Amino acid sequence: MSMPTMKLLRTAALGGVLALGLSACGETSQVPVYKDGKYSGKADTRPWESAEFKGDKAAWEAALKNRARGQNEYNRGD
Amino acid sequence: MGRMKFLCDAERCIECNGCVTACKNEHEVPWGVNRRRVVTMNDGVPGERSISVACMHCSDAPCMAVCPTNCFYKTEEGVVLHDKDQCIGCGYCFYACPFGAPQFPNGPAAFGARGKMDKCTFCAGGPEETGSQAEYEKYGSNRLAQGKLPLCAEMCSTKALLAGDANVVADIFRERVLRRGGGTDAWGWQTAYGGGEQKREQKREREGQK
Repeated sequence: MSMPTMKLLRTAALGGVLALGLSACGETSQVPVYKDGKYSGKADTRPWESAEFKGDKAAWEAALKNRARGQNEYNRGD
Repeated sequence: MGRMKFLCDAERCIECNGCVTACKNEHEVPWGVNRRRVVTMNDGVPGERSISVACMHCSDAPCMAVCPTNCFYKTEEGVVLHDKDQCIGCGYCFYACPFGAPQFPNGPAAFGARGKMDKCTFCAGGPEETGSQAEYEKYGSNRLAQGKLPLCAEMCSTKALLAGDANVVADIFRERVLRRGGGTDAWGWQTAYGGGEQKREQKREREGQK
């Protein structure tokens, strides 16, 4: 093999190694992107869909509000 | 309806543990699991303060954020609940919760041996048929569906623990503070550590030790 061919091969090999080495710099991030989780369990019914309120949300809200206000002892006796 | 919240008035709590007992009895919570606890700061020192702590049903709940199985959900009323069938008992929620609300039936066991997480449900049951035996066994009583508030708050003898819609609870507390003319901090650094009497007591102790 002649000298110019050897030099050409050596340059090509060196270029190949350099390209291989640099390819690592282009590696994409492997950190996972956080995604807001979606509930994966069973569906639940709403409290006003119970046997007591039969889907009447307003009645349920009124009952709960009345109960909550009952915690204020300053209102008692009114 | 806004958001369901608990509020504990440290000026009123007398550390009777009535809320803890009511909760355990209502839901037949197993031994070793405490959905609600009473915490006392500076116990025995004049000016000591107690508060009743359970799941605070956070608006942006950290337990929901860390759960690897996404077993948590938030109801329309702002109550944080979870599906026990999805729970793997990893304990991440316990580490994430600033209130120590998530409890495990097997205590501090090895990973995977803790059992299904159990926590305060705001007496709202869980993802099972409302009022069913399955719901009661897994999550306890569903008082919210009966138009009732959590039993811990309803049983509170001094009405230190308030529960319900955040607006109503805030109204009650506001009126209370106006009437008593002080003690505006429901709980905070000042309430727990900053009282003048506590500081004087600590100073006396320090001087006595010298």
